[in-house]
Amino acid sequence: MGHETPAGDLRLANLTKRFGVFTAVDDLSLTIPQGSFFALLGASGCGKTTTLRMIAGLEEPTSGQVLLGDRDIAGLRPYKRPVNTVFQSYALFPHLDIHENVAFGLRRRGIRKVTDQVERMLSLVQLEGYGRRKPAQLSGGQQQRVALARALINHPQVLLLDEPLGALDLKLRRQMQIELKRIQTEVGITFVHVTHDQEEAMTMADTVAVMNAGRIEQLGAPADLYEYPATAFVANFLGQSNLLAGEAAGHSGDDVLVTAHGARFSVPAGRARADHGSVFLGVRPEKLHLVAGPDQVPAGHQHLGGVVSDASYVGVSTQYLVRTPWGSELSAFAANSGVGGRLPVGTPVTAHWDPRHAFLLPRAAGEDDQTSPLLDEPPVGALS
Amino acid sequence: MSALAHVPTSSGQPAAPPGARRGRSRLLPYLLLLPGAAWLLVFFVLPLLQLAAASLYDPSGSISTGYAMTWAFGNYPDALQQYWPQLARSFGYSAIALVLALLMGYPLAYGIAQKAGRWKNLLLVAVVAPMFTSFLVRTLAWKTILSDNGWVVGLLRDVHLLGADGRLLATPFAVVLGLTYNFLPFLVLPLYASLERLDPRLLEAASDLYASPLRAFQKVTLPLSMPGVIAGTLLFFIPATGDYINAELLGTPNEYMIGNVIDSAFLVRLDYPQGAALSFLLMAAILAIVFVYLRKAGTEEVL
Repeated sequence: MGHETPAGDLRLANLTKRFGVFTAVDDLSLTIPQGSFFALLGASGCGKTTTLRMIAGLEEPTSGQVLLGDRDIAGLRPYKRPVNTVFQSYALFPHLDIHENVAFGLRRRGIRKVTDQVERMLSLVQLEGYGRRKPAQLSGGQQQRVALARALINHPQVLLLDEPLGALDLKLRRQMQIELKRIQTEVGITFVHVTHDQEEAMTMADTVAVMNAGRIEQLGAPADLYEYPATAFVANFLGQSNLLAGEAAGHSGDDVLVTAHGARFSVPAGRARADHGSVFLGVRPEKLHLVAGPDQVPAGHQHLGGVVSDASYVGVSTQYLVRTPWGSELSAFAANSGVGGRLPVGTPVTAHWDPRHAFLLPRAAGEDDQTSPLLDEPPVGALS
Repeated sequence: MSALAHVPTSSGQPAAPPGARRGRSRLLPYLLLLPGAAWLLVFFVLPLLQLAAASLYDPSGSISTGYAMTWAFGNYPDALQQYWPQLARSFGYSAIALVLALLMGYPLAYGIAQKAGRWKNLLLVAVVAPMFTSFLVRTLAWKTILSDNGWVVGLLRDVHLLGADGRLLATPFAVVLGLTYNFLPFLVLPLYASLERLDPRLLEAASDLYASPLRAFQKVTLPLSMPGVIAGTLLFFIPATGDYINAELLGTPNEYMIGNVIDSAFLVRLDYPQGAALSFLLMAAILAIVFVYLRKAGTEEVL
């Protein structure tokens, strides 16, 4: 009452979890607005699942609060929380049929007439008529949807999804991503989605928080995170980046000047996270264009020279590696739009970019260039 | 069934091998069954038939004069009429022992399977360890423990749980205790096996879906451990009902079970037809109980 937070926002305040000497979640604070689709993105072991389990009540925080609206629920047992979870393994009850699996939460709360609600929920996840089957008789994708229905039927204030698509194959995953997004829009419940798949987080979530070593590296809309990452970790975890080690040399008008590998570059001040000392000059591979020589670089673009050291044709684009005179390999993606020919390995090229697409990040002294080695990431999730 | 159309199947078997090999592979299962089947035929089926025949011999015969096969079906009602109290007592005692064993064995199996961590194997060995000594020796040890001059009886008398001349040995209590003790591992091991397979994530899911720990046990743990409960119950109940050592060593003729009667019919009174008839009565009663039990409990996993 009288507080600023709306009733349904989920807030984590200084949440910390230690397992012995290992700090899994380190003083985490964030607010997840009611009705939003929020993704916690990070590599395995970054603390994202532990965070989720603390919201669910399956893990007790070492310190800090979990607030739903104004209410601190951190001390509540999981079965007392208005929060439901879609587990990574689905954890469907093997001895109960689909109908009873979905009705489980309602029955535990003493609701007798469940049939109509269960039927409605099964049709929401497009599983009408599957009520009498056992979980083992369904495919992975169908089980995933049962797990979703089993959680959603309780109308939780927050739905937690723990890598829910991890066990599905690529095509099914794409399909379920769209379906999850559709259902979230339809029911309007806050979704907190934990994943290590950056593409999954970006396609579905309104807001993505990138976690690393128990902390949030950056939080924002997917496009903001991608276009203007806050740290080298985010720049590399979310898509690929070419990060050149350099020294910032202060402002010049609206630009920040950078010296890297003997050449001078500039970045608009609005895209610089640091303006002095050691920095990374970052350019995304698809924003790096290759031409034959410096004379073909458009006005206002910045450039550096190199030699094509690898070219991979992947259908929609060709992915080049350009070896710079100092030995780093930059990646550059060229759309196969039919304009311009392919560049064979060994061709001397000039790589250029619009400075408005570059960004400056703070760099620890001594860190060298960070360039993404090659191509697409391997399909993730198959192993999780 | 259309249900099957949605079940993910592993990639199909390779094409069937050509005729000759197929014939042999069809025979193979029977060849593998042969040694066991022969064993059962010689040491189970034939003795059983012999026993069935003996139960119908003329009861007036004896070992020295020989028995005549007179299809004396009257042996059955006669035996039942004479010894029904012992038969009833057998089922009564082992039922009580079973309840006690379940009350002790379920928490024990659950603890070992879900909570014991690195002590799991040690505890399992502890459950099985008594079996390394003879059944007979262990029961005799109980005789010492429960004896009138033992410290257990002394203590119980001191705290007035037993009267001044009250005793434990030679009472139904001692027999039931002996049955419970001796057959407990048979109950615990299958229970352990089914509880060990229980995925703790299912309990997390139940808890997430508003089930209190008690409810989660009732709705998830218990149903999923039913195959273990059923297997353990049968492994406990069947030998306990036929047992005669516990009643013999820890009880008196007032506590004798049907096993003691069969024992004396064959070895003391040398009344083979009656011993055989009682054996078949016991077997029939157990089979009937097991059948009803399995129909009620309704699990495909056990049978």
